[in-house]
Amino acid sequence: MKRLARLAVAAAVAAIPLAPGAAVAQVEAVQFATAQQEALYRDLLDELRCLVCANQSLADSNADLAGDLRARVYEMVAAGESRAAIVDYLAARYGDYVLYRPRLAPATWFLWFAPLAVVIAGVAFVLVLSRRRPRPLDPAQARKARRLLGEP
Amino acid sequence: MNRFGIPLAAFAVVLAFLAAGLKLNPRELPSPLIGRPAPAFRLPALPPAADPAFDSAQMQGRVYLLNVWASWCAACLDEHPLLNQLAAAGMQIIGLNYKDDGADAAAWLARFGNPYAHIPVDRDGRIGLEFGVYGVPETYLIDAGGIIRFKHIGPLTAEVVRRELLPRLAQLGGESS
Repeated sequence: MKRLARLAVAAAVAAIPLAPGAAVAQVEAVQFATAQQEALYRDLLDELRCLVCANQSLADSNADLAGDLRARVYEMVAAGESRAAIVDYLAARYGDYVLYRPRLAPATWFLWFAPLAVVIAGVAFVLVLSRRRPRPLDPAQARKARRLLGEP
Repeated sequence: MNRFGIPLAAFAVVLAFLAAGLKLNPRELPSPLIGRPAPAFRLPALPPAADPAFDSAQMQGRVYLLNVWASWCAACLDEHPLLNQLAAAGMQIIGLNYKDDGADAAAWLARFGNPYAHIPVDRDGRIGLEFGVYGVPETYLIDAGGIIRFKHIGPLTAEVVRRELLPRLAQLGGESS
């Protein structure tokens, strides 16, 4: 019986995020007309940086500014603005740093593609090196090598 | 030497980037508004300014500083004497009062001096958001055409005034009609 009760409580707690119209784990509780809007709101809050506490997203930060930005994002989502419009709005005022995922633009190509490019360069480097024929040893080195290997 | 050459060079390049990064201040974000028109706004103004409301259009044709400040902001106190000096020297300074209480703001100015030609009151920070304000104090240099030419984050210092503002003011003075 106790096990069933615990299971019931667990199920109830797990169901909270599924309750329509309510956003959980935010500082404020907000309501939306549609589930898509709520999903967009929560996604955006995770993807936008709190500029005051620079390593926290808008979802996590308790800073004043974070509250203001959350309110603005809420307004725009509730008004039916698209994700792109909201992201552009904030980036136009605060710069690309407000986004955890920078937009793809000539200025950020290096940021996006450099890691891949470095990996490719590294692999190519290793391949080229491994294909090179080993340099033949001179007589003194050859004797030393045979001695170390235990060959007669 | 050849074996070590390429990795060493690559390491040197990475080291150069890291060294450059260490010199950057993560709290100072470059503003994307530089070179763009300052957001237009109309807000109630604090007495003792003459008008009950301030419209940013009133500043058209004049070069001015927009200083974002609040009575609860300790760092604003650091830069205030400098602002008083600039105002006394003839600089037009608009003091955007950010998320503050009107009475507190007025008392603060009465106590520490009022360098502001106008004091628009941004009660909920909405106009600050339009300007990309994320911490007070912040100061914008706006030219006669309403374009933001420079933004400084944090208290204004004599060094910043000398190095960044004066050259720009001289340049703008040459450009203005």
